[in-house]
Parts: sequence; structure tokens; C-alpha cells
Amino acid sequence: MEEAANQMSQTVKESKAAYDIVRERFGNAVSEFDANPTMPFFEVLDASRWVDIALYMRDNSLLQFNYLACLSGVDYPEEQKLGIVCNFECIGKYTHRIAVKVKCQRDGGSIPSVSCVWHTANWHEREAYDMYGMVFEGHPELRRILCPEDWTGFPLRKDYQVQETYHGIKVPY
Amino acid sequence: MQELGKAESNSTRIIRQDDKRVIIEKDLDTEYMVLSMGPQHPSTHGVLRLECITDGEVVVEAEPYLGYLHRCFEKYCENVDYPGIVPYTDRMDYLAGMNSELAYCITVEKLLDIEIPRRVEFIRVIVSELNRIASHLVAIGTYGIDLGAFTPFLFCFRDREHIMNLLEWISGARMLYNYIWIGGLAYDVPADFKKRVAEFVTYFRPKAVELCKLLTENEIFVKRTYDIGIMPADVAINYGWSGPMLRGSGVKWDLRRNDPYSVYPELDFDVPVPDGKFSVVGDCLSRHLVRALEMEESLKIIEQCLDKMPEVQGFDSRALIPKKIRPKAGEVYGRAENPRGELGYYIVSDGKSTKPLRCKARSSCFVNLSAMKDLSKGQLIPDLVAIIGSIDIVLGEVDR
Repeated sequence: MEEAANQMSQTVKESKAAYDIVRERFGNAVSEFDANPTMPFFEVLDASRWVDIALYMRDNSLLQFNYLACLSGVDYPEEQKLGIVCNFECIGKYTHRIAVKVKCQRDGGSIPSVSCVWHTANWHEREAYDMYGMVFEGHPELRRILCPEDWTGFPLRKDYQVQETYHGIKVPY
Repeated sequence: MQELGKAESNSTRIIRQDDKRVIIEKDLDTEYMVLSMGPQHPSTHGVLRLECITDGEVVVEAEPYLGYLHRCFEKYCENVDYPGIVPYTDRMDYLAGMNSELAYCITVEKLLDIEIPRRVEFIRVIVSELNRIASHLVAIGTYGIDLGAFTPFLFCFRDREHIMNLLEWISGARMLYNYIWIGGLAYDVPADFKKRVAEFVTYFRPKAVELCKLLTENEIFVKRTYDIGIMPADVAINYGWSGPMLRGSGVKWDLRRNDPYSVYPELDFDVPVPDGKFSVVGDCLSRHLVRALEMEESLKIIEQCLDKMPEVQGFDSRALIPKKIRPKAGEVYGRAENPRGELGYYIVSDGKSTKPLRCKARSSCFVNLSAMKDLSKGQLIPDLVAIIGSIDIVLGEVDR
């Protein structure tokens, strides 16, 4: 274990320290820390506490993750799940950054929206919904953003079948 | 029914009905009108539609509608191998293709964990800084056009042409370069490259000053942008703003300094942030100033790179490119400072395939534009045009 800690780079150590603070507060609602050298992350196991965790990460004086750099939707077909990956960063006091994953059921699953915590999540979540179809509970206006509003299916799901025609226009070429 | 005239105030009409005074109209609100700006409106810099709810000349709310230029970048990525994605990244932010390529390549290189020759690193920085100047020239020129100044636009495009010629000379294309490859470059630079870039730098320095005199110190321009569309720093961070937009709000945040990549740590340059003497921090003029000052910093970077770039006899820029790019299983979020802000890629590799499992592009203008609804509240319609111009959107990157 000590050896593994020594091999960690400075950025991963900072992320680990930030993770420990979250873990202390939320215990088993979050998973173990994954010391991925290119993107250290942890997973939120209890999705219903996601907004609490998000608020804590933003407002705790030792964390101050005030900048949500990216929020990407991901499909995990082998687990029958959809998920989001958020990359956080602190602009100002600290230099630490960390990624958080939240997953939900593939069919009819939902993830609490964090657009009230970071405004930037609003459009990112709309995009994730547009591409993957997971519902963000509490989102102020969850509708498609890049695809037309009457498009059928969610294009970035691995099992997506494109519709034959759209308003009389042949779609697949 | 007898009208008693405008008794209480100018905008209140009072009538008498059944011996009672009844106010039938108060404050005479004008009717709200829905005004659709775009998708083909020149001031939206591409195909963006703004649905403005207006009360006379005042915008009550403006809702952006995007997707007119959506080309399924992320879907393509899952069906093309890693080097095949590079040309697509050009087509996202078509005004700064080199920067988009650089961001993508350094992200995949993080996943591959490979060394890049120093000469390649310097060439990459030179071309991306040249492209940054070209992109800022378009941003500044078109911003002038939005506000009614036509001449600076022509000056900007004249100078941009020199950069386009340089980049065409080394890559063969004017806008969609496909020049920076994973692990190297498509070609080494021609023999006279250093000399001609140095010539451009000496040519452009006084032109940048001239441009400032024409536009930045122009009284009409200042009056149109001063104290318009103010974004406080904490809200800007909360909205995920980056690049010149965030620096315009007074936050000294530049990925070239705060999350250094390539050879930027060795180079000496400043991160310009408005100090509030010439503009109100966070207004449209601040954002314009940051762009104007950044061109000078880019010139500094280019000069230093020309000095430091090692000369290698018979250099092969493709020598270290892996034959088959198949990264080990893992995921990475990599980003670079684009002229418009943070361009990030989130890539997941399964370790078996030569195609990424997921490749998400975090577009800087997409995120910057998301604050439009907040910024536009209560502004006049002409100011709305000034605000959109200051965000400097490229719809190719917003819609991907």
C-alpha cells in the first residue's frame, strides 16, 4: 500500500487528499478511490445523495470545487447502466482536481441534477440526456439540445438504431 | 360608460361604471413580442437562433437554440480509429484548427504515455500560437462589424491572410490542416520557415498597435461595449467559463500556466487580465481587451520558440508515430487553452480496439454560450448583439 502511495504523482496525491475528506463525511455512499494516473476518480454509489455530495464538494472550505470543467454521459452496456463523468477543479485557492462518476439504470433510470449547484451543468446535462436518455431529476428544462426535438432514440447509446426516415427524408446513408 | 381621462398617472385609464371608479388599464405595458434572431442573422456568427422575448426595445429573456450545425462528432469518433479523428477536430473550431488538433493529440498521448521530440513540441506551439492570433483577428474584426465598424475587419483579414499563407505553406491547407498528428507532425517545417515567421512577427507588431488605435480606442466602439453585459467572477466560474471570457471577468486562469502542457512552462509570457482602469471588469470591453492583449503575448511566445527550437539534420517528424495506435485500457480527460477557452476531450479506451469507446469534446463556446440567458436579461437589443459578439462563438464548435 505504501509503495503504491509513493508511486502516485503529485496531482493524484492531491486528488486522494480531497477524496478522503468526502469519504469521511459520506462513508459508504462513495466508492473506493481509483488512482488512475490520467484521471483519478471515485464513484457515487448512492445516487440519491449526489446533490448533497456536490454541494459539499463545492462549499467545503478545504475542497472548493467551484469549477465543473466537463460533464460527459457514458454508456456501460455490459453493466446495463448509463452514467455521467464529471471533472472538477478548484479555481483559486487550491490546485486539486478530481473526477466523479454517477451511474443509473439503463432503462428509465434517473440521476439527480446538479444544475442548481453549478450553472454550467444545465447544458451539459441536457446534452447527456439528448445523447443517452437518462433523466436528470430536478433539471429546470430537460429537453434536447443538439438533436431536433422530435428525433427518436438516443444516438450515443451502443445499441442505437437510426430511424429510417425523418419527416420524409431518408436518414441512413 | 364614461371615461374620466388619465387621472392618476399618464399610463392609467380610469372609467366610471355603475357609479364606481374602475381602473381598466394600469401602467400600460407594451405587449411582449417574440423576436427570433437568426439562424441566418449575421450577428450570430453562424447558425444560432436566439428566441428573444422583448418588451419594446428591452430583452426580457433570450433563449439560444442550437444544433443547426450538429454533425455527430462524438458518434463519428466511436467509428473511426484514433488518428482518423484528427481531421474531424479541425472541423469543430474551424478558426483555430491547430489548437483543436493539439488538444486532441496531447490527450491521446497522455493515454499512450509516449515521448515527443522537442522540435515537434516547439513547432506545435508556434503553429498553434499563429493560429491563435489568426482566430483573435477574426474575433476582433467581426466584433467591429457587429458594432458598425467596417474598416478594422478589412485590416484584420489582411493580416490574417499572412498567417493563412504560412500555415498553408507548411500543411497544404488554409483552414482544415490535419497537421498535428498523434506522436508527431504530418511534415517537418520547410527550410525557410523560421525566417518567414520572424518576418511576420516584425511585420505584425506595429499592425497590432494600429488595430488598437482603430478599434479599442474608438469612442463609438468604447461606448457600445463599456459597462455592457457584466459578468462577475464567481458567477463566471460557476458557469464554467474559460479562456478570454473568464479572464475578462478578472480571473487569472490560463491552462498554459495552470495546467501546463507541451513546452509552455519554459516560455515567458504574461496572462493579461483587465485591471478596471479602461473598462469595467467583466464587461464586453474587458473581454475584447483581453483578446487584443493576448495577440501580443502570442507574438512573444512565437519569438521565444523560434530561438529555442532545436535544428535537427534530416529530421523525420513521423519517426516516433506508433504504427498502430491502441492505448491501454483507461480513461483520460485532457485539455488545452484554445483561443476561445478550455477545449477538453474525455476519452475512454477499452485496451483492445483501435477505436475509442467514448470521445467527448468539451467545447469552450458551448459552455460560454450557456450563460447567454442570464447575460441578456434586461438588455437592449443592440446591446444583445454586442454581448453575442463578445462571447466570440464558433458554431462549428458549439454544435460539434
